[in-house]
Amino acid sequence: MAAPAQSRFIAQLKRYYSLYTGGVIGFVVMLSILEQMGVPNRVLGYIFLGVTVSLYAGIGILSKTSDVAEYYVAGRRIPALFNGMATAADWMSAASFIGLAGTLYVSGYDGLAFVMGWTGGYCLVALFLAPYLRKFGQYTVPDFLGARYGGDTPRMIGVFAAILCSFTYVIAQIYGLGLIVSRFTGLDFGVGVFVGLGSILFCSFLGGMRAVTWTQVSQYVILIVAYLIPVIWLSVKHTGNPVPQIAYGYVLEQVSAREQVLNDAGTPEGAREAEVRALLKLRQAETEAGLRSLEKDGAAWLAEERARLSQRVSALKAQARPDAGAIAQAEQELAAIPADVVAARRTWQAEAEADRLKALPIPPHAEPFSGADEETRDNKRKNFLALVLCLMVGTAALPHILMRFYTTTSVKEARMSVFWSLLFISLLYITAPALAVLAKYDVYTLLVGSSFAELPSWVSAWGTVDKALMSVTDINMDGIVQLAEVTIGGDLIVLVTPEIAGLPYVVTALVAAGGLAAALSTADGLMLTIANALSHDVYFKIINPDAPTGRRLAISKGLLLVVAICAAYVTSLKPGDILFMVGAAFSLAGSAFFPALVLGVFWKRANKSGAIVGMLSGLGVCMYYMLVTYPFFGVNAPLWWDINPIAAGIFGIPVGFAGVILGSALTRPPPQSVQELVDYVRYPKLQGGEQTVAESSRTR
Amino acid sequence: MEDRQVTAVQKRYWRSTLRMTGVLVAIWFVATFVVGWFARELQSLTVMGFPFPFFMAAQGSLLIYVLLVGYYAWRMDKLDRECGVAEDD
Repeated sequence: MAAPAQSRFIAQLKRYYSLYTGGVIGFVVMLSILEQMGVPNRVLGYIFLGVTVSLYAGIGILSKTSDVAEYYVAGRRIPALFNGMATAADWMSAASFIGLAGTLYVSGYDGLAFVMGWTGGYCLVALFLAPYLRKFGQYTVPDFLGARYGGDTPRMIGVFAAILCSFTYVIAQIYGLGLIVSRFTGLDFGVGVFVGLGSILFCSFLGGMRAVTWTQVSQYVILIVAYLIPVIWLSVKHTGNPVPQIAYGYVLEQVSAREQVLNDAGTPEGAREAEVRALLKLRQAETEAGLRSLEKDGAAWLAEERARLSQRVSALKAQARPDAGAIAQAEQELAAIPADVVAARRTWQAEAEADRLKALPIPPHAEPFSGADEETRDNKRKNFLALVLCLMVGTAALPHILMRFYTTTSVKEARMSVFWSLLFISLLYITAPALAVLAKYDVYTLLVGSSFAELPSWVSAWGTVDKALMSVTDINMDGIVQLAEVTIGGDLIVLVTPEIAGLPYVVTALVAAGGLAAALSTADGLMLTIANALSHDVYFKIINPDAPTGRRLAISKGLLLVVAICAAYVTSLKPGDILFMVGAAFSLAGSAFFPALVLGVFWKRANKSGAIVGMLSGLGVCMYYMLVTYPFFGVNAPLWWDINPIAAGIFGIPVGFAGVILGSALTRPPPQSVQELVDYVRYPKLQGGEQTVAESSRTR
Repeated sequence: MEDRQVTAVQKRYWRSTLRMTGVLVAIWFVATFVVGWFARELQSLTVMGFPFPFFMAAQGSLLIYVLLVGYYAWRMDKLDRECGVAEDD
């Protein structure tokens, strides 16, 4: 590749994306002027989503291609800086953008496992994988397994694992997509899913990796701007310092002091909190009594309750002077009785659990592994570290991320692009804990202690959207808000920050667009991974190696469509919770790929049998543990060493390593050609090395 | 294929790569897991208003990761040139 051409290309890209960033800012300014002129919020939301989604689709159309290298690896000429941005957007999903700050708000220090896990994994990518995979220089991760270990079996296991974890992950993205679109446009959840999917398809369908890369770069710009603006504003509001990452240490001190006051029944405010908690415990006991009667008499008792309440309603109505308020309340209670025993059990169990949690003292935000006794604390520490390890190793094994490092021009650029990726990712991850603390400060000092007569407008606005996300009820009837009376769903924190900070609605819309960009960019990369695994690894490499280019790309595009439809269908069933699905994808990827990939580069002796045994046993142990312990599957076997199912990889990863090592040691060393391939991969340049890979991919 | 025997210089290159990988992984491990394991014991230390373990998990370790990966990219590039295995495109 001619160096001047590449540097011209880079200069051109920098100019384009600077113009683009200016355009985004201009667009936001223009919309805020429109807002001042009185354009309603819903219309602003539509304009925002419409413009950004068609922008992504536009880039997709401009980058359409029918060249194989362009389609699979963007022509291998993405500069490190831009590959970093694309990887960052690929990486940061709806879970990072919307969920992370909320998790941190709810669980304090313990939530930081995600912050560390989702950044530290890039150290492993940089040290163990990215440069070597780039040197190898084919198209997919199963490609490497196929060439390094020989034969179709390792490749097929790789394809299976790649599809399994990418699919699990993509479901979570599409779910987030549906939520955002439906919340901000008022469209139905299902319609939201299809609108989002349509734009993903438009982009990756025509241009494959090339289109996805350039869309992801533009999505990164939107998502990072959208994330930072509200936090910076909030930081200026509370501390006068526009760098939230530095300023919030001081805010955290105040939050901790506030926690102590509210937890201390000796202070006036603490006493009121204690009063509310006592009432919540009472309510929990009532609900549990109802549950017990339900278990004893089942549907009969439910019917009796319903009859009792409807009698009361008619009695109230029959009074000489009917009391409208009392009637409405009784009718509401009647309507609240669930339709059948199963629904009643589910609703009441959830209610009792919610009350139980709220009746507990406030967990200290900054304290690691807080718990009542030594055992709880040890348990939390163990699970925290296990989760961190799974997330990190999973990061270094997720095919949609590793694939991105095939797209750079050289090994040197691949190393640099891991650095840029991590830098761009850290920008968001280092801000999320600040956001959580600043939002908590606002709630603890401004909302708690305010009067119910004059709640801030965002509280009532979001309360009407969804009671589970935001509700404030005066439980002890003193007219003043206590912390135990406030319910805030974690997912709300990011969305509501602009309003807490007192920013105009445009910024809220920008945040929604950022969340959408995060979900779309990740889903793009994942679906492309799945379609490529099927079209390149299964169809081209195994079924029909003589297929002409046109047919290969046509098959890839067709599969993309099928994958999208399957994913949308599974998402519409609303399985499990997002955080678990995301965590599961990491554990699965870490257990299946990491040992075989790393040993493939660092241990020449690793051979085909070892890879097969290691991948199957690692993946098998990980899947088995999730299946028997995650409540969704209904087996509920006892936990091993109290490790939660989300961190199942802590068992799968070592088993995978042991499998590769034992399996290889017990069988014959790999042939000379494989050892040469390993040398080829280890050195950025070796004399005569170019033939090795061509040869090894021919002698599959 | 005989002409592409790995030379002594290249062997040195790979040994240096392994050594550096080992050292950096050790730093990564300490910053992540050792600090995490002793988080409760380190709670009384304070950095910029943060309790030390909170600072490490929320910011310190991230900065270490970024520096570590940046250093690796810079140092490996240098090593490539020293050992004559750099790509010259």
